[in-house]
Amino acid sequence: MNWTAISMFMVFVCFTLLVTRWAALRTRSASDFYTAGGGLTGMQNGLAIAGDMISAASFLGISAMMFMNGYDGLLYALGVLAGWPIILFLIAERLRNLGKYTFADVVSYRLAQTPVRLTSAFGTLAVALMYLVAQMVGAGKLIELLFGISYLYAVVLVGVLMVLYVTFGGMLATTWVQIIKAVMLLSGTTFMAFMVLKHFGFSTEAMFASAVSVHAKGQAIMAPGGLLSNPIDAISLGLGMMFGTAGLPHILMRFFTVSDAKEARKSVFYATGFIGYFYLLLIVIGFGAIVMVGTEPSYRDASGAIIGGGNMIAVHLAQAVGGNLFLGFISAVAFATILAVVAGLALSGASAVSHDLYACVMRKGQASEQDEMRVSRLATLVIGVLAIILGLMFESQNIAFLSGLVLAVAASVNFPVLLLSMFWKGLTTRGAVCGSMAGLISAIVLVVLGPAVWVNVLHNQQALFPYSNPALFSMSLAFFSAWAFSVTDGSERAAQERGRYLGQFIRSMTGIGAVGASKH
Amino acid sequence: MTPEHIERISNHPDFQQLIQRKRRLNGSLTLIMLAAYYGFVLLVAFAPGLLGQSLSGGVTSVGMLVGVLMVLLSFALTGIYMHRANSVIDPLNDKVKQEFAQ
Repeated sequence: MNWTAISMFMVFVCFTLLVTRWAALRTRSASDFYTAGGGLTGMQNGLAIAGDMISAASFLGISAMMFMNGYDGLLYALGVLAGWPIILFLIAERLRNLGKYTFADVVSYRLAQTPVRLTSAFGTLAVALMYLVAQMVGAGKLIELLFGISYLYAVVLVGVLMVLYVTFGGMLATTWVQIIKAVMLLSGTTFMAFMVLKHFGFSTEAMFASAVSVHAKGQAIMAPGGLLSNPIDAISLGLGMMFGTAGLPHILMRFFTVSDAKEARKSVFYATGFIGYFYLLLIVIGFGAIVMVGTEPSYRDASGAIIGGGNMIAVHLAQAVGGNLFLGFISAVAFATILAVVAGLALSGASAVSHDLYACVMRKGQASEQDEMRVSRLATLVIGVLAIILGLMFESQNIAFLSGLVLAVAASVNFPVLLLSMFWKGLTTRGAVCGSMAGLISAIVLVVLGPAVWVNVLHNQQALFPYSNPALFSMSLAFFSAWAFSVTDGSERAAQERGRYLGQFIRSMTGIGAVGASKH
Repeated sequence: MTPEHIERISNHPDFQQLIQRKRRLNGSLTLIMLAAYYGFVLLVAFAPGLLGQSLSGGVTSVGMLVGVLMVLLSFALTGIYMHRANSVIDPLNDKVKQEFAQ
């Protein structure tokens, strides 16, 4: 057992539980629960968004990718980052002006509530659950390794803490856990990058030069390699990362936590700054690790492989630059990162159940706030139990494809319909429902038939669908279906829906009539 | 909003100017970002050798500089947008809001 890491993590847990208690006292209404009363500042929300994006997967995964392939790791980082300006220019402010708690509020603004909320809730739950499973399994394995506790305990611990944060503290606690973790992670990586640069006399050229001289691939690590040699795959991956981010329900929900469009705009500005800064640090960490971890025999086992697997690169580097105390800190941060991200996911899933399914579909908007909050807490509990069970079920499965699938699904099921609902007068209920469904089904089918599942999981010889990234095809199909089923919709209801676009457009552009922050 | 209200706002010159300005700002910045990012992706797919060239005789490659510039460009564009929106769009938006305060 790693006691330094465990005690530091215990400090984090105690502190966040205190924050949750503080938040619980301030969480009285549904608006408090879903959106922290809409009272966060742009800076706070920006840090929380950055926290959602710089997950354990990106910290450990991208630094590992740079360690192994060099430049290719940077391509992933840039794909995620490049989505943020687009989110700002196209959807952030409109989303804030139109919505209240969930992105389904926006899609169903002028469309029929029941079918649109059903499909949006389905899309939210599909994305949130897949993402949760990927995080739970990753968390269990990581924590087993870092803390020396069993996989079962690790998964249960993550599930229990996640449920505690969300049911008691709602969005306020979830956001502050995310902010605390983002600050910890950004400070930790800043220190690591500083120490690496110091090691190389503050010369990136010297760092790259020694990395090239010791890496098996030599000079090739400074250029794009085989990762994206296929242009279709490259574009498809780029689309998936860019627009998948704009379709993640827990990210979209963050835009409702600020008071108005101006603060929403500020959030994205800060978030882009923090995410960009983090990825620049990762370049230093990844390439520095090639020298400082790669050439150090004590980080390799008898067969020469990195101890604990490739994802442990950043953790070993922490030990190399800051000793065992700093290793404990980074391990605790990695655990905290997972907790913060799963809490956001659970909250977005629970909101889809309580706000979209229960309050708007089942009770037709007649549910009392108390009932709605009770359902959302119950839903959080169910999602927590489900996440633990699925995490245990998938322990020994190869689920690397899931994290890629999540973004592709989000880019196909949520993003096209959301974008069209805001930008295209012609979208009707029929088009929105068919577009979401086409995106969801095609994204999943193409991933299953592609190399990630058909070959790597099901062990077939040849993939039926040659590309590992389906977003280009599934997203196009979603857009096309939404368009085709809308323009052919000649019903009376469709005509009324088109007629309501102008009012929606005015509100989305000016904020007239938008939901403000709750006052108390 | 009543239908008459919607009609009045949408025909108001201030509203139309707001829409035009917003569209121009958002549209041009979106195009710059998409062109830069997909230009980069296409370069990665079709001309990885170009990105692998040495920047100034040393080990640091052109691609590394381009990568860092992409990060800075993303941040700069959001900054430009925020600045323009705060200084030009928001005052116009407030004017429209005031004129139609219900």
